[in-house]
Amino acid sequence: MLNKEAERALDIATGLGASYADVRIIESDSQSIDTKNHRVSGVHYGASLGIGVRVLFKGGWGFAATQDLSAKGSETVAKMAVEIAKASASCMDKPVVLAAEPVHVAEWNSPCGKDPFAVSLDTKIALLLNCAKSMLSVKGVTLALGSLEFIRDKKYFASSEGSRITQLAYRSGCGIEAHASGNDDKQKRSYPNSFGGQWELAGWEMVERWNLPGNAQRVGEEAVALLSAPACPEKTSDIIVGASQLGLQVHESCGHPCELDRALGQEINLAGASFLTPDKLGKFQYGSTLVNLVADATEVGSLGSFGFDDEGVEAQRTFLIKDGIFCGYLSSRDTAAAIGLKRSGGDMRAESWDSVPIIRMTNINLLPGNAGSLEQLISDTKDGILLETNRSWSIDQLRYNFQFSTECGWEIKNGKRGRLLKNASYGGITPEFWNACDAICGKEEYVNWGVPNCGKGQPEQTMWTGHGASPARFRNIKVGMAHNV
Amino acid sequence: MISKEDCQKIIDTAISHATGKADGIEIHVNSGLYATSRFANNEMTQNQAPDTTSVSVRTIVEGSQARLSSDKIGLEDVKQLVDNAITVTKLLEKDPKLLPLLGPQESTNNLVNRFDDKAAYETAEQRAAQVQTIIKTAKADKLQGAGTVSSGHSFLAIANSAGLNQYYRESEAECSITMVAPGSSGWAKAGGPFMKYVDTEAMAIKAAKKAVSSADPVEIEPGHYTVILEPSAVLDLTGDFWYDFAATSHLDKLSCFLGKVGKQVLGSNITIYDDVYHPLQSGSPFDAEGMPRKKVCLVEKGVLKNLVYGRRAAKEFSVEPTGHGLTEPNSRGEMPRNIVIEGGNSSLDEMIRSTNRGVLLTRVWYVREVDESKKIVTGMTRDGTFLVENGKIKCGVKNLRFNESIIEMLNKVEMLGPTQRTLGEESSPAVVPAMKVAYFNFESTTKF
Repeated sequence: MLNKEAERALDIATGLGASYADVRIIESDSQSIDTKNHRVSGVHYGASLGIGVRVLFKGGWGFAATQDLSAKGSETVAKMAVEIAKASASCMDKPVVLAAEPVHVAEWNSPCGKDPFAVSLDTKIALLLNCAKSMLSVKGVTLALGSLEFIRDKKYFASSEGSRITQLAYRSGCGIEAHASGNDDKQKRSYPNSFGGQWELAGWEMVERWNLPGNAQRVGEEAVALLSAPACPEKTSDIIVGASQLGLQVHESCGHPCELDRALGQEINLAGASFLTPDKLGKFQYGSTLVNLVADATEVGSLGSFGFDDEGVEAQRTFLIKDGIFCGYLSSRDTAAAIGLKRSGGDMRAESWDSVPIIRMTNINLLPGNAGSLEQLISDTKDGILLETNRSWSIDQLRYNFQFSTECGWEIKNGKRGRLLKNASYGGITPEFWNACDAICGKEEYVNWGVPNCGKGQPEQTMWTGHGASPARFRNIKVGMAHNV
Repeated sequence: MISKEDCQKIIDTAISHATGKADGIEIHVNSGLYATSRFANNEMTQNQAPDTTSVSVRTIVEGSQARLSSDKIGLEDVKQLVDNAITVTKLLEKDPKLLPLLGPQESTNNLVNRFDDKAAYETAEQRAAQVQTIIKTAKADKLQGAGTVSSGHSFLAIANSAGLNQYYRESEAECSITMVAPGSSGWAKAGGPFMKYVDTEAMAIKAAKKAVSSADPVEIEPGHYTVILEPSAVLDLTGDFWYDFAATSHLDKLSCFLGKVGKQVLGSNITIYDDVYHPLQSGSPFDAEGMPRKKVCLVEKGVLKNLVYGRRAAKEFSVEPTGHGLTEPNSRGEMPRNIVIEGGNSSLDEMIRSTNRGVLLTRVWYVREVDESKKIVTGMTRDGTFLVENGKIKCGVKNLRFNESIIEMLNKVEMLGPTQRTLGEESSPAVVPAMKVAYFNFESTTKF
């Protein structure tokens, strides 16, 4: 029934002269549960259904969207998209050209062990309140927060080139936070990760696997311990960056600068451009020879995976950095063509039916190294600091100068983990930082960390991305500067 | 988007359908058509006009509440949404602090009229003409223009089964421009409910001038400098500051101002209001429960005078709510939404003339909080950073990273410009002045 409206929109757009058109119809359901101390602070269910039509007319883009999925609605939205594209065409020096992509008629479903929407609300609330009880049992914890969120997207894509693709994706997220406040100081610890917890392309089984209740008391204890911990000193030090923090480092300092729309200046008004300009492709020493980074939309269960992107390009795994050399971009069909690539990397995604697709990270993964476990890497480090769980992040608009703070640090002395440190931070210049990498832990420490809220575009869209990483060591890095003003 | 009459049908249907099944229901209807034309490298890159309407219902059953939202807005869909909300609400434990729904309120819509047909109904062709004006200016200076031209309108309706019925509509026009030269850039942004806020040609010339005059930037040593902050820099630097004035942030011991109400916390030249009725402000004159917003003096001559209170926090503090509540249910309570920082009489030129050595900042970028107690934020300068020496702009400088306490910064303000409607890229619009600030901490430089 709805597919009929997609066909109608395509027919109308091409009938009005569009040289290319694609249509996405997306139906989404979501459920979120939030707890604050011993009470449920929010239960929210969402539902969404709408159609977005994107067209090319004389080389200019137009996009319109509506939730009116009647025949009249699809007709109106297709006409509006063409009208907008005509206006765009008046502002083009040269027409948009699309890199070729095979026609796909396919169906793709994400893995989902246990349907999270089939798990009772009682079970979910009990899990979070159980965590709150454990966190608040620790003397000094002043605020205990918990969250669970589940999203189910059914997406239908149709293009004037003949692709017809149906996809179903389940996304699940879970997290807890303990806050401690005292002596003009505030500290917090989060699990499994900060700013929304851990997210995966999976069902309820991921919530069970991360075992929030089993970590709640420790999280509370560490938050309180941070209040009396010594501050991270300001100095130059060897550091080991924990896996979740390194995932964010990859996101900010590799993922974003490898976006080809940024590199071509298309995002310079807000998100920024990139120091990884096309003239550096294939020859720039981005990192040490240990550093290998891939964009992998095929990794099973990771948040940035899918079957096909939002312009019908099949999911791929490509190298961005190989043996330390910058060698690939995240791209779309039009940006790929603009720099002479034969095919898009398949990285175009939109937040919803009412958003235009833009280049987004998929799973940007740092491949594991041969430094073994985290404990082995610590034992191989004479003097340094272990940094874990992001607290704040900032990077310039070309993605050179970054500064990250973490929820906690630990001194490393003579190969042993020492005192807990608060107010830990580190910073540097991206290629200098990655060239200082001299050890990466192995597969046994590898986790793909889901980031559910990557912001980009105007109007801003958020997107699901994933970042596989194992802890890694970096030599002679500036630490402890953020709190010394 | 839907008409006001169709919106009322949705509200009436939801309330009627919930009657006898739930103890109360609150409905939010948001509807808008907001178009954005994006350009870069002197060409249009994206051009879109999504038409969206969403309905959200909060049902109350035996002391419990839940919220469900949907953009399926057929009347049968709305009935189903209400039934689903009631089903979910019945599964929840009683909330002992749940308040009854807000009753009918006197409308404050007559105090704000922020609808301009020119902004609301601008066509794609008219937006393209504005883009062409900007591109023409860019090409004249051999620059690459990038940015957005946006316009449209929206409404928010909040009603409930206790008789509340609030409705507010607003138009919006906005333009953001980055002019790019080899090795430098300039930026300008403006917008508001009326088309008169957006003068694309003047903005394009301003951004181009900044790009040209900051060419070949020099690197300066990081350290403490006097800074002259244009209003957009003030806006985005202070963007993370305002939740500390929310009563719930005090209940949860998250605010940097715990126990400091009535005390001197900022410089004596700093006065801050939350005032939705200010002529340069925008936004609805009622909060997410439909409570009319009050003008609140947050800081008077540096003294922390008041917090803002949603209904739930107001009861905890035994005070009247101020009309700043967030959508119930939520964890954060309330938020100041319409910041007005009182200005002074100093022009930007006077600030520059009075500075022996300092840095002029057009805007800041990627500002993030690193210390919640001291209110230290980090971030970068961007798109027009200049060295000021001997009372004159000397040259552009390579961008710098700062780590600075906003509390300390607002204790070191030496000069204030006239307050003005200001847009940034990371914070909601506000009415703020330019500031000259002493001893601002730059931590490091970058490569450009």
